Amino acid sequence: MKNKTLDEIKKTAERLYNNIKRLEKAELTTPVRSLSNVTYNEKDGFFDLKGKIKKRTLTANTVKTFAQTLRVMTLSKSLVETEDIATKREAYYVSKNWSEARFNEQNESDSVMDDLEAMFGVNREQMGFIADEHGGSVAGELIVVDKDASTGERLEIDCTKFGSGAYSIPSDVEHLEFKTKAKAVIAIETNGMFERLNKHSFWKKEHCILVSMGGVPTRACRRFIRRLSDSNNLPVYVFTDGDFYGYFNIYRTLKVGSGNAAHINEFFCVPRAKFIGITPQDIKDYKLPTHPLKDVDIKRGKDAIKNDPFVHNYKEWQEAIKEQTKMGVRAEQQALAKHGLNFVVSDYLPEKLKKPVTWLP
Amino acid sequence: MDKQYKAHELAKGQRDISIAEFFERNRHLLGFDNKRKALLTTIKEAVDNSIDACEESEILPEIIVEIIDMGNDKYRVVVEDNGPGIVKEQIPKIFAKLLYGSKFHKLKMQRGQQGIGISAAVMYAQLTTGKPARITSKIHKDEPALYMEVKINTDTNNPEVLSSENKEWYKEQGTRIEIDLEATYFKGKQSVDEYLKQTAIINPHVTIIYQPPKGDQIMLVRVSEEKPVLPNEIKPHPYGVELGMLMKMLEKTQTKTVKQFLREDFSKVGNKTAEDILENAGILSKTKPKQINRDMAERLIKGIRETKIMMPPTDCIVPIGADLLEKGLKKEVNAEFYATVSRSPNVYRGNPFLVEASLAFGGMIEKEGSVELMRFANRVPLLYQQGGCGFTEGVVKTGWKSYGIQQSNGSMPQGPVVLVLHIASVWVPFTSEAKEAIAHYPEIIKEVKLAIQELGRDLGKYINKKKKVGAELKKRSYIETYIPHITEALTELIDKPEEKDSLSKNLSVLLEKQRGEVESLDFDPTKNTEYDEELKKISMEEEYDEE
Repeated sequence: MKNKTLDEIKKTAERLYNNIKRLEKAELTTPVRSLSNVTYNEKDGFFDLKGKIKKRTLTANTVKTFAQTLRVMTLSKSLVETEDIATKREAYYVSKNWSEARFNEQNESDSVMDDLEAMFGVNREQMGFIADEHGGSVAGELIVVDKDASTGERLEIDCTKFGSGAYSIPSDVEHLEFKTKAKAVIAIETNGMFERLNKHSFWKKEHCILVSMGGVPTRACRRFIRRLSDSNNLPVYVFTDGDFYGYFNIYRTLKVGSGNAAHINEFFCVPRAKFIGITPQDIKDYKLPTHPLKDVDIKRGKDAIKNDPFVHNYKEWQEAIKEQTKMGVRAEQQALAKHGLNFVVSDYLPEKLKKPVTWLP
Repeated sequence: MDKQYKAHELAKGQRDISIAEFFERNRHLLGFDNKRKALLTTIKEAVDNSIDACEESEILPEIIVEIIDMGNDKYRVVVEDNGPGIVKEQIPKIFAKLLYGSKFHKLKMQRGQQGIGISAAVMYAQLTTGKPARITSKIHKDEPALYMEVKINTDTNNPEVLSSENKEWYKEQGTRIEIDLEATYFKGKQSVDEYLKQTAIINPHVTIIYQPPKGDQIMLVRVSEEKPVLPNEIKPHPYGVELGMLMKMLEKTQTKTVKQFLREDFSKVGNKTAEDILENAGILSKTKPKQINRDMAERLIKGIRETKIMMPPTDCIVPIGADLLEKGLKKEVNAEFYATVSRSPNVYRGNPFLVEASLAFGGMIEKEGSVELMRFANRVPLLYQQGGCGFTEGVVKTGWKSYGIQQSNGSMPQGPVVLVLHIASVWVPFTSEAKEAIAHYPEIIKEVKLAIQELGRDLGKYINKKKKVGAELKKRSYIETYIPHITEALTELIDKPEEKDSLSKNLSVLLEKQRGEVESLDFDPTKNTEYDEELKKISMEEEYDEE
């Protein structure tokens, strides 16, 4: 895989070199990275690229981006060749050496990396760039097989043995192996909820593996859950706040991927994930305390119905959005504490896990 | 004893005021408010008269101006021309009787129309130094020159001749006036130097030889041998007549009936129009002019207002012309862009007038500060009262922002612009007898705005183009900035560091090819061949500041 990165870099550089040599038009082509360029592939369960292509021709207007893209390619080349890595933030700081070609904001360098990733058809990690945030926490009946960074010795990490702490998902999870007898993976939006479940050894009761996503799951977290679920044939249940951010930015991204990184969704999605809560129906059934929807929330719901190919595919989700928009409220995971701090452990989750009819696809 | 009433008491304080007192009290209206302005007004009245006299006789004017510092704030002013001279009987009246003049009742485009004239300067000189005015005049090369010393009787406003004698004079013909007055001399924006310079700019056919009180003689030599076309005199148009003037005209007319009076003493009044006016006024057409009393005169004015009368002829005003006007501006200002317009004549209150404007932008003009305005009326520079001038109102009320010039609402625009405005008219309406500011007639302000708008559109186009070229040049330097990054990264990626230079060259070709040629709009100070650096310096202040 790493050689593919070097091959692609070389191929692209040589093509540009030849174009310039012959005074021809020099171009870089990237798949368009947005929801408008993906379709929901129901059979395999993830967002697929539709094939819209963005061509960037070398002109006065693009000369800076060209220079920056080539600079990032050289950085990637040297990272891969020396088997080193740089976080996205670090790469942004490296650019500060490039005088006028430096990036002013990190989102500029992130965007160039995403473009290159899509252009080459490789993962960002394979180019030597890793995420800044940590990938999520894991607790439960799982043994992760890793190797010692310095000696390469095989390591078995027992995720039941972290006490009140947890195992932290590394940025590169491709080499990990899993040994487990658990029946399911439960992915949780907030760290607070994860800790409550961990403290009460919820994983022991339900024989499951708990993963804290801490908001929108990182690629490493998505890939970790995917590989874990694939290798042991485990169902994945997702537990988020009862709002549109939880449904789409978190759950949908985990399940089918995002528009922005559609080119890699194939690997970074968890098609078998199911949404167990909090659903709009839960808000009513459990009489949860709520907050009113803000204008931005309502807009997010409208956008999802209009533009999200995933929502287009599931009537249930369309109805859920309409229902919640009608209710005009949202509820947080922690709202369950209204019925007692451990209500979520003793009643809510066990009930929900028993009743698939209350889930959303 | 008779009873004493308040009126008796008041009567003690009531008396005739002499012309001298009147002058003293109204100095500011006449242009003699301070010593500095007195010097300018004196020279201005004399020079304006001289040029008018030459032009009327179709002579190319050559004016000599000399200022001599006599110490103690006293100056001697000498103005000499090559005009037709003045006959003996007229000299005392012209120079030593206030409000006497041939121009006052004439509707003809002239410099010295209206105003109080040279006699005011004589009066001022007499009041401040006690010295008479010394006039030399020669009307033909075969006649001897006449030398005369005159004074104004300040009680009666009649001239007094102190001496009169023939003498030899080197000139074939001309007039010379020499007066001593209390004054101060400064250079700067409102100085004699500036006035003479602007006069030369706007009158390219005039030569002025000027000896300031200190420093070298300044020669402002004519650049055009072409005499300006002589303007026609026209009769007043009924719309321009006010009650006082109408009554004076009725009193002086040679005509027998009021109908005849209307037809013969006014322009654009025919049989039918005269009848319409009289019908609207309710006055019989056979009425004798002398029988028209104040009440009837008022009705006559009303009748005129209610009657549709053709506009006056406009061939009586002579423009400077766009070419000469722009040439004049180019002499003084070295800019990168010029635009000039000479509008067609229009009419305010029955008086024909036309507006001309010329604009210079950029180049050596000061970048900061307000737009510089140079105002002229019938080819005479206006140096005072800019704020109260109708021209200024026109400038301020034009929206300059759309032409790329900054302006906050209702104030002078800001930027490197010099704007020349000229009004030519048979009767330029000034705000006062000092002839410093144009009155605010809506028709005039509208014409000024239209003239500026015409220039502004061209200026806007130029500034826009300049901005585009600037953006293009910026883009090109932008290209140059990033080419090295591309070549360095690319040669590193394909491991051919030796290709850097050839890649660089190809990239330049590739990127510039897409952009085409750019027209250079850089300011070239040698392009304006009219520019006269010495002229520019003439009125520049030395260590002195404005009052």
